[in-house]
Amino acid sequence: MEILVTGLTIFALASFVGFEVITKIPATLHTPLMSGSNAISGIILTGALIAAGSEKSTTATVLGFFAVILATVNVVGGFFVTHRMLAMFRKKD
Amino acid sequence: MSNEALDAFINFAYLIAAVFFIVGLKGLTHPRTAVRGNFLGGAGMLIAVVATLLHRDIVDPKLIFAGIAIGAVIGGVLAVKINMKVVPQLVATFNGFGGIASVFVAGAEAVRDTESEVVATQTLVALVASGIIGAVTFWGSLVAIGKFSELDFLDRLKFPLGQWFNALLAVLLLLPAAWCINGTQPVVAYWLVVLVASILGVSLVVRIGGADMPVVVALLNSLSGLAAAATGFVLQNNILIITGALVGASGLILTQIMCRAMNRTLVSVLFTSFGTEGSSSRDDAGLYATTKSTSADEVAMMLDTARRVVIVPGYGMAVAQAQHAVRDLSDLLESRGITVEFGIHPVAGRMPGHMNVLLAEANIRYDQMLEMQNINPTMAQVDMAIVIGANDVVNPSARTDPSSPIAGMPIIDVDKARTVVVIKRSLSPGFAGIANPLFAAENTLMLFGDGRQAVQDLVAAIEEG
Repeated sequence: MEILVTGLTIFALASFVGFEVITKIPATLHTPLMSGSNAISGIILTGALIAAGSEKSTTATVLGFFAVILATVNVVGGFFVTHRMLAMFRKKD
Repeated sequence: MSNEALDAFINFAYLIAAVFFIVGLKGLTHPRTAVRGNFLGGAGMLIAVVATLLHRDIVDPKLIFAGIAIGAVIGGVLAVKINMKVVPQLVATFNGFGGIASVFVAGAEAVRDTESEVVATQTLVALVASGIIGAVTFWGSLVAIGKFSELDFLDRLKFPLGQWFNALLAVLLLLPAAWCINGTQPVVAYWLVVLVASILGVSLVVRIGGADMPVVVALLNSLSGLAAAATGFVLQNNILIITGALVGASGLILTQIMCRAMNRTLVSVLFTSFGTEGSSSRDDAGLYATTKSTSADEVAMMLDTARRVVIVPGYGMAVAQAQHAVRDLSDLLESRGITVEFGIHPVAGRMPGHMNVLLAEANIRYDQMLEMQNINPTMAQVDMAIVIGANDVVNPSARTDPSSPIAGMPIIDVDKARTVVVIKRSLSPGFAGIANPLFAAENTLMLFGDGRQAVQDLVAAIEEG
């Protein structure tokens, strides 16, 4: 139960930080914000790595392997496409 | 290092990664700092991944590196090769991948846990949440991608019973959910949850119309974060909870902004279809009797005396790929001493910020792009407003007609400009399916034609004149 409460505390505080930071982002950058947040939500990769790398069960390893691929696509694709977009905005600024 | 010390080290690395993410997002508040912010996010990710590789549960990293290599190639090629035209599809793809990856990770953890020990109820609840949110996000995103790509069969795909179908699915979802939380057969129950939630994801999004897509994309963005956070509760992994909360909050803010920009609630977007109830085409013919058509030469002549021009783009500009022609027009007018600004409605296009990305791709300067609330107060001092492929977001009946389906929706007040030129193929209605009195207004001229061609003609006419 204690772990759950700790988790909920972290979740609530992180949500408030998110609201504060993201409210200040101008509408012009909302698409890069979405692709950038896609990239960081690729953090699910950390969970995928453990699932793919542990040898407790074949099912878990296979699921983990596919999750590693999908999450890496998000991370790599997300950061690069965000960079491309942001570079366009900065070109003539 | 002892196991405990190693865990502490990994968690410390996660904390640093979280700080990088937050500072990185903060960088996005201005284009000057945004590129650096994105790099910081990438660095945070690298720290988190390297630290995770030290985890004691990772016995054999071969598969991991194979997976990362495959994913990196796919992601890299996608990001580098993709045309900015399909950015909405790309963002929806990433949303969906985030969702399904969470489903897989939570599913893998369920198998790992239940083989060895009795799982705590709170973990099972989180497991169910991951399955539901992740599956809805994945299938909802797939449907969104199909809609962006204008796959016609999606419009024909009708589920019986209307909204009752979704309600029924939601109730049906409770059965495997309860079975899973009960803990006798959590793995089987989990995949049943995922199955029912998948159908729900399709049936929820498939009935949502084009005008509401910006809301849906923002909401799916939020859900992809929440799915990761729920999986964080399953794994007791803090970085997943923090990052999931950040992305969840981000998507939720965007959802709110989009809803407000349409004067609609999230509930009405999700559960009622737009524009079907209104009495469209009632007296369109009568309304449009006073519509005046114009030519590129005439508009060019009027621009001779203009000092300030505002261009209002809509989804039609994206369809016609007219942004480069628009940039040429903007450059030409500026070279003649005319101030050119862009008035961008929050829901113009298919996702938040869609128009801005297209204009930036065409090298339009950041300071030329103004938000609705910044452009409206000075609209009366504008000599010419040029509307390209936008319709509902400039429809004055939102202001004047309380019985209109879009009554109360904030619009860009182009009708207050001295002259309005609307570049459009025909007088057909927009997403909302309602007539637009702007087209018949005294100060409005219609320049009929394909968006790109019409703008190119206009540029040629100005250069000749």
